[in-house]
Amino acid sequence: MVDRDSPDWRIVITGVGLTSPNGNSLDEFRGSLLAGRSGIVKFETRYMGEVPAGVCGFDERRYQKKKEIRRGTRAGSVAIYCAREAIGDAAIDFAAFDKSRIGVYAGVTEHGNVETENEVHAISQYNYDVRYWSHHHNPRTVANNPAGEVTLNMGITGPHYCIGAACAAGNLGIVQGCQMLRLGEVDLALAGGVSESIHTFGIFASFKAEGALAAHADPAKASRPFDKNRNGIVCSEGGCLFTLERLTDARRRGAKIYAEVTGYGVNSDATDFVLPDATRQAECIRLALKNAGLAPGDIDILNTHATATPMGDVQECIAMRDVFGAEDGVWVNNTKSYIGHTMGAAGALELAGNLPAFDDLTVHPTINIDAVDPQCELRNLVVNRPKKIDRVEHILNNSFGMFGINSVVIVSRLRN
Amino acid sequence: MSRDEVRAAIIDILADIAPDEDFNAVDDEKNLREQFDLDSMDFLDIVMELRKRYNVEVPEKDYDELATMSRCVNYLQPLLTAARA
Repeated sequence: MVDRDSPDWRIVITGVGLTSPNGNSLDEFRGSLLAGRSGIVKFETRYMGEVPAGVCGFDERRYQKKKEIRRGTRAGSVAIYCAREAIGDAAIDFAAFDKSRIGVYAGVTEHGNVETENEVHAISQYNYDVRYWSHHHNPRTVANNPAGEVTLNMGITGPHYCIGAACAAGNLGIVQGCQMLRLGEVDLALAGGVSESIHTFGIFASFKAEGALAAHADPAKASRPFDKNRNGIVCSEGGCLFTLERLTDARRRGAKIYAEVTGYGVNSDATDFVLPDATRQAECIRLALKNAGLAPGDIDILNTHATATPMGDVQECIAMRDVFGAEDGVWVNNTKSYIGHTMGAAGALELAGNLPAFDDLTVHPTINIDAVDPQCELRNLVVNRPKKIDRVEHILNNSFGMFGINSVVIVSRLRN
Repeated sequence: MSRDEVRAAIIDILADIAPDEDFNAVDDEKNLREQFDLDSMDFLDIVMELRKRYNVEVPEKDYDELATMSRCVNYLQPLLTAARA
């Protein structure tokens, strides 16, 4: 394991592959964010009828044959698309790369619900005769399925697994990738998160039962973090995988470098199954800042987690006021207002959407705000329209999940 | 069911299971796994589809009978005919 003083400590993002409800590449995604374009539509689900949801439209056939799509899962298809796009974007000479030195670290909130629901529904048509239960069930539902499908598709023989960290999983994938590179386990990490969760009815039904599922006549307006009239979560599918490399390796091959991962923090609330804890969130943010060697005022863009639940948004704002309340140069935004909650992908996707700010010095807003909830008053919340600022050196990304898993990732413009 | 009908039913199932393959030029005497990208999970799919579509059970000891197209037809014709009745 290298230490902080070693040149091999520093980790950079060299490629991005993503699919979101409003874009299937970083350019498309960023374009939608700057144009205020949501991706949420009316989506038909089993037993729940029509709900607002974010649906991805990437071309599954670009990197998979029909049989692979048939045999695998949607999360697998998302992961393969993102991984292949990221490798292409990073301009890695994949044919020459030692495949045993590539790791796949994909965050997921859950995996297996889609397949299980489908199979239970299928055997219900045969009077619950288990002879009609698919032999595909087990390989489709093991928690490493999405990461595993990437290795099969790409011939990767290094380690692969999924990281289950609820809605923080996308950030945790990045953290895991950094750690494995620093440990010298791999030389290239495909890291981030994926989600197929909209293809279960259960996730919608459970949020509805908790009083946490958004509703709005116009689906594009349903996801309203910080707005006075927000009424819950919009569920979405999506994925984002980054290529992470040691800076030394990236420089050696003349790679394009989006940013350096300069710090992270992960902790747990230890409070409640579902309800978040502002104190622990603030603690997590401070952990990340300390890890990065930064002060709160050093952050230029802060991408919030906020899912538009009445309570969750308030707790995050309390945490943020605690850490950043005195700062006037920290610009705050949110991505879920556009794309809903992409579950395992959220941390990674939401970070990706801000990366182009290092070049265009623009903070994308949070949309769907008619009136900010007074309990969510935040200094420098960028509302509805993008904001050009003078400098973007450091971007901080919050992702918090059930059981109080908190994660914060900080990325910075590469210096020296 | 006639031999042609049985053969068509099998091709139909294979086309769903292996949608990238072209089953127009099957050599009935050659091993199916040598001609096409079919693995053991695919053969379980064939057994499942026979169960779902025709209520025909293929016991594990008989899986070898599905190795080539002509063996498939020979084996399944009486079973599919009985199931139809």
